[in-house]
Amino acid sequence: MNREITRQFDVLVVGGGPAGISAALSAAEQGAHVGIVDDNHNLGGQIWRGEATNCTSAASHWINGLSGKGVESLCAARVVDQIGPNTLLAETADHICELSYSKLVLATGARERFLPFPGWTLPNVMGAGALQALVKSGLPVHGKRVVIAGTGPLLLAVASCLRKHGAKIAIICEQASRASLARFGFSLLAYPQKIRQALSLRKDLSGIRFVPDCWPVAAIGDGVLEQLTLARGNDVENISCDYLACGFHLVPNTELPSLLGCRLRDGFVEVDDFQRTSAPDVFCAGEPTGIGGLELSLVEGQIAGLAAAGNVGDAHKLFRSRARLQKFKKKLDHAFTLRPELKKLPQPETIVCRCEDVTYGTLSRYRSWRAAKLRTRSGMGPCQGRVCGPATEFLLGWTPDSVRPPIFPARLQSLGTIPNIEPAQYEAMRGNQ
Amino acid sequence: MPEQITLMVNGRSVSVARGATVAVAVTVAGMHCRNSVTGEPRGPLCGMGICFECRVEIDGALHQRSCQILCASGMNVRTNEQGNYKTI
Repeated sequence: MNREITRQFDVLVVGGGPAGISAALSAAEQGAHVGIVDDNHNLGGQIWRGEATNCTSAASHWINGLSGKGVESLCAARVVDQIGPNTLLAETADHICELSYSKLVLATGARERFLPFPGWTLPNVMGAGALQALVKSGLPVHGKRVVIAGTGPLLLAVASCLRKHGAKIAIICEQASRASLARFGFSLLAYPQKIRQALSLRKDLSGIRFVPDCWPVAAIGDGVLEQLTLARGNDVENISCDYLACGFHLVPNTELPSLLGCRLRDGFVEVDDFQRTSAPDVFCAGEPTGIGGLELSLVEGQIAGLAAAGNVGDAHKLFRSRARLQKFKKKLDHAFTLRPELKKLPQPETIVCRCEDVTYGTLSRYRSWRAAKLRTRSGMGPCQGRVCGPATEFLLGWTPDSVRPPIFPARLQSLGTIPNIEPAQYEAMRGNQ
Repeated sequence: MPEQITLMVNGRSVSVARGATVAVAVTVAGMHCRNSVTGEPRGPLCGMGICFECRVEIDGALHQRSCQILCASGMNVRTNEQGNYKTI
């Protein structure tokens, strides 16, 4: 039986990663009654997964600061819909939560971009961040042979983490070119903090093969991953492994911002200097506004939290440090741009939509996301296009259409709590969409 | 060594460290999570509750995302390994 929880907050934060935590803390320090909701069992998001209990980490200082400031945490709760003005519906395993707010901060983070290639649906082929998350959640990888592939700085962080847990990293394949990485490395000189991180990673990763201009072209195995084929320029290399951790950088989680009517630009949530979105009373911070990493997320979260609690003066003082970190974000985008060869990875029989098993050959017969969706059910499974959407955006230049509630599959009983309202009221509630 | 807890995956006893997710237990048991609509074996892809590839049956509840649910002592997990249950 589902029990109902009703809460009213001055500031409600959705997303318990660095941006959400810093927003919640900053708002609470202004005296606001703050709630933070996250779908994981513990706060910290992906980057700080499992850090709450590590007393020496900077993350634990942030995470454990929340309860001292009276912030109410709702973990293992997933926001599924907006059910009235300034009211969201969330569900946990056994509760339905009606969460009302004066101001809302969206810190919904990012997910990995996956690109389809033959064999990518085999068990033990997973995201780079995904394998790291499983290992941090207790998966033993001692002595396991792992290939790390894709693009972006996350690959190095994952390699370092897996090695510490005893995995044998066979190779790190980075699709970006050596020249592009060299330019990016040089640009790091302007960011002492990033250099320190890079140097420490370099020490952690000594002796591991790091190969630029390299990417996976096929995964082979009987029911589970056994072997990989990698492309290196014009050469091909076969390698046996237990896991492939493969992600092509990150894409923002914009489903909830879109549902609430926040305007997007180039796929990211548009915000003003105070992190305000185009929707009334809704702020956004962290990766949904642009993939910029930990430090930028923390500053954006602070600005959003302060502004949401009404302290625009202190928020203003953080503009300069944000501007500096935003420049780094641009360099990141540039260095890890996906190379066009990756568009040739899927073969006609390669599955692109994993929920509905729709192949690349079938999808490429259609001209748009919508046309393919209507005819093939691609993007209509439980993930609602979260995996195949970003893939077809890169492969076929498609843009997924508007988001429809519930934004995650929900129990009928939860949906039953949504008041029966007229379509016009519903549209008005969703702002200027 | 962290405290171990024991649960059942497809009728087989599996031990994992306390705090491990069900996805971890299924992987440790050497099993996959679900069969796709065309019958392919699938395991966790995103590790963060987005992709729905790690769905399993937990204590009778279908379509549970095993990467976001912690193992509990005595929990009964069924994967779609041998078509154990029908997906809708």
